[in-house]
Amino acid sequence: MTVPVQPSSSAGPEQTVDFNIIRERGPHAVFCGLTSIIWLHRKIQDAFFLVVGSRTCAHLMQSAAGVMIFAEPRFGTALIEERDLAGLADANEELDRVVARLLERRPDIRMLFLVGSCPSEVIKLDLERAASRLSQQHMPQVRVLNYTGSGIETTFTQGEDTCLAALVPELPRETDADPASLLVVGSLADIVEDQFTRLFAEMGIHDVRYLPARRSDQLPAVGPNTRYILAQPFLNEAARALEGLGATRLSAPFPLGVEGTTGWLRAAADAFGVDPALFDKVTAPGIERARRGLSHIAEELKGKRIFLFPDSQLEIPLARFLHREAGMELVEVGTPYLHRQHLAEELAMLPKDTCLSEGQHLDKQLDRCREAHPDVVVCGLGLANPLEAEGMTTKWSIELVFTPIQGYDQAADLAELFARPLMRRAKLRV
Amino acid sequence: MQLTVWTYEGPPHVGAMRVATGMERLHYVLHAPQGDTYADLLFTMIERRNQRPPVTYTTFQARDLGQDTAELFRHTAIEAYERFKPQALLVGSSCTAELIQDDPGGLSQTLGLPVPAIPLELPSYSRKENWGASETFYQLVRSLAGNAEARPADEAASRRPRCNLLGPTALGFRHRDDIQEITQLLDSLGIDVHVTAPMGSTPADIARLGEADFNVVLYPEIAQTAAKWLERTFKQPYTRVIPIGVGATREFIQEVAGIAQVDPGPALENAQSRLPWYSRSVDSNYLTGKRVFIFGDATHAVAAARVATEEFGFKVVGLGTYSREFAREVREAAKLYDVTPLITDDYLEVEAQVAELQPELVLGTQMERHISKRLGVGCAVISAPVHVQDFPARYAPQMGFGGANVLFDTWVHPLMMGLEEHLLGMFREDFEFHAEAAPSHLGGTGTTERRVAAAPAEVQPEAVTTDAAPEPAQDGEPVWSADAEKELRKIPFFVRGKARRNTERFAKEKGLHEISIDTLYDAKAHFGR
Ligand code: SF4
Ligand code: SF4
Repeated sequence: MTVPVQPSSSAGPEQTVDFNIIRERGPHAVFCGLTSIIWLHRKIQDAFFLVVGSRTCAHLMQSAAGVMIFAEPRFGTALIEERDLAGLADANEELDRVVARLLERRPDIRMLFLVGSCPSEVIKLDLERAASRLSQQHMPQVRVLNYTGSGIETTFTQGEDTCLAALVPELPRETDADPASLLVVGSLADIVEDQFTRLFAEMGIHDVRYLPARRSDQLPAVGPNTRYILAQPFLNEAARALEGLGATRLSAPFPLGVEGTTGWLRAAADAFGVDPALFDKVTAPGIERARRGLSHIAEELKGKRIFLFPDSQLEIPLARFLHREAGMELVEVGTPYLHRQHLAEELAMLPKDTCLSEGQHLDKQLDRCREAHPDVVVCGLGLANPLEAEGMTTKWSIELVFTPIQGYDQAADLAELFARPLMRRAKLRV
Repeated sequence: MQLTVWTYEGPPHVGAMRVATGMERLHYVLHAPQGDTYADLLFTMIERRNQRPPVTYTTFQARDLGQDTAELFRHTAIEAYERFKPQALLVGSSCTAELIQDDPGGLSQTLGLPVPAIPLELPSYSRKENWGASETFYQLVRSLAGNAEARPADEAASRRPRCNLLGPTALGFRHRDDIQEITQLLDSLGIDVHVTAPMGSTPADIARLGEADFNVVLYPEIAQTAAKWLERTFKQPYTRVIPIGVGATREFIQEVAGIAQVDPGPALENAQSRLPWYSRSVDSNYLTGKRVFIFGDATHAVAAARVATEEFGFKVVGLGTYSREFAREVREAAKLYDVTPLITDDYLEVEAQVAELQPELVLGTQMERHISKRLGVGCAVISAPVHVQDFPARYAPQMGFGGANVLFDTWVHPLMMGLEEHLLGMFREDFEFHAEAAPSHLGGTGTTERRVAAAPAEVQPEAVTTDAAPEPAQDGEPVWSADAEKELRKIPFFVRGKARRNTERFAKEKGLHEISIDTLYDAKAHFGR
């Protein structure tokens, strides 16, 4: 098990910026990687996510899922019980039994993820071996993979990173002889994916693949001619695994807002030799629409001061968007991890005096937030109401990972997520 | 190893959090990894608390494991004490910390804190939330309430009798309002409430529990163990009757009057409940023999079964609980109604039984609410676990005479809905009574979409096709292209109707005959927010 390590060298030469970074350790208020199952299981439609963990893990999933609209969701928990702690041999047998029962109930499942938790890791239940054992038993019907979503290894969105990293070895391989293809990595709402596919097609890039794919039998092939581009900023391990297969990363900002989306599309277009005039022609309507949509909302946000607690690792691209396209002032931009290489383009676009923070000491950060008294605070669900009660305006960060926010046609929606709480506060007279 | 999808109870440390969060000037230092902080949102979002729970998580990570997690704990505990200055600390482990065996309890005794640090041993792999709450409350009471000898000599003769109200916690089902209702009821009997705990009390208040004459146990799942200890230590009797429903409230008055040696007469005569008359009113005839399935914590389930039978004239067709600790009480009760008790915390088992019994009404927890939505049965919530809508803005106790009124309204409501649905069925083709019409008492529109929301996601594609079906071309009306129609379907259902209307309006204004994907997005940009 490895804790994601920061690359020691930072990206391009001109892009090295020395920010004032607050690095902190202490009490946190963040979810663990298990939480990402909530969107991953909607994305990969024939996969089941089986957490091997405790009642706490099951309760987390239930509480974070919040709305139990799923009859029988494609996730669940194999609860480790007292007797499983007594003997690991039996724990493995028990796991096999649970999986067999589950797959019997759910013949529609083609891919099963065993998701490691803190308890399974502390007792050293080897889920990798369990997965290969179970794969042998259940192939070709069901492929069994494993990854960690534990809170001692992963923070919130990092669960998607470890999941995608686990998928990489399963991807069909291509060779030198195969033509170049574009791989978009990181889960996006279907509607956003389709918008991007259309834009790429108009530019003449037809072979666009997505990881994760919507179905486990449509996994994208990868090889030395694969150019991959990250759609999400939290995909450290997945990126590394792809590079292990020879794929090359196209460095780009993230597709939030007009600038981010254009920069992101352009990175792909340049790599595929798209004529700049064509690029401009294809992107112009989207840019124009996004600007029009944003123009209403940016008014509300302009000059407002925003404080972002660390949560999804989307904070830096968000801050860049809110500052440059909505005119917001950045008070503090927190992130659980700062991946300098993947975020190089983003960092280069931030004002040099931006106060970044990495990691968290919750109480100290709350002190700073109270002292600064920003106009909007982006934070987790545990903090939102208490801060509102103190007179601050908040935006729940979890909405940012559930709502389609990437691309031109979502740029205004994204800004509106931040404007709405402000407008609401201004409106209420009670 | 047990496969679980939804759970009725969280881990035992969440029970401890319910106690700590209900109290004041108490702080809980929990040795736990970062993800366990999700539990905060139960209180801040579901219960809408305006403060963070008084909990500090050590948030150890994998890289700490090889090193000194014990030191991390000590450090965090001292820091938490200095910042929050509580009157007492609770210290304990979550499931993961239990495995690394740092012994927070032992460590906390070596910190030299000037306030009591109360260690909690809550076995996560065998126990659950209610047990955790009960054990935490018991440990608090034992550590702080002292002993009988230390008490001043009794001055009971010169004052009104007084009791403690035991059991209410944060995140409890209507605990907030039950306290108010029962406090008023006791007052009408001439009895003072000395301390209400855990909810609303401080550690200093806990230290005063022994000064009361007796204890009223509102929620045995949480307070029974502590009440027994108080009985042994301070010779304080405690009440057994749970005042839910008119009959039980009357019995409760008798029981309390007996213990406190006061006259129950005035309180009984002043009983202000409309339930008896409403239930006798002729329009309630249709309630007779309604088949009802009941599931919840043992106390609320048993009480509901009695009220359903004696005060509504329903027929109990199923009765069960998820709390094994109180299974005996439910088994006893099940005999009265001649049903097989269902003791399980497997939500799928409960669902199977509801499907099999086909009740007309389900009285349950938020889990049963979901089961019922799926099976198309009316449901009212009577017990935790609950969700945000079970913390209503209005006063809505379950206990006492006021509580009985609330029961009447909330249990009859879903049945009336059933009646309306029946009418809808009869007049299906009528333009006003079409299948998508909302029951009138749920107000105007919106119900259709809520039903879609409630439908299992796996079947959502079918459930939503009705509103996604291609529109027939009418004169002058723009037509949806197949692509745009498909795109529209990808928009979340709860805004889809609006998107459709706006796009059509936009297309019409622009004089377009066909709605393409671009039209859809142009309209979106046009209407902005
Ligand atoms: S639908 Fe109701 S009960 Fe279910 S999760 Fe939402 S608010 Fe809670
Ligand atoms: S932090 Fe660990 S123990 Fe807690 S819910 Fe996440 S995986 Fe489970």
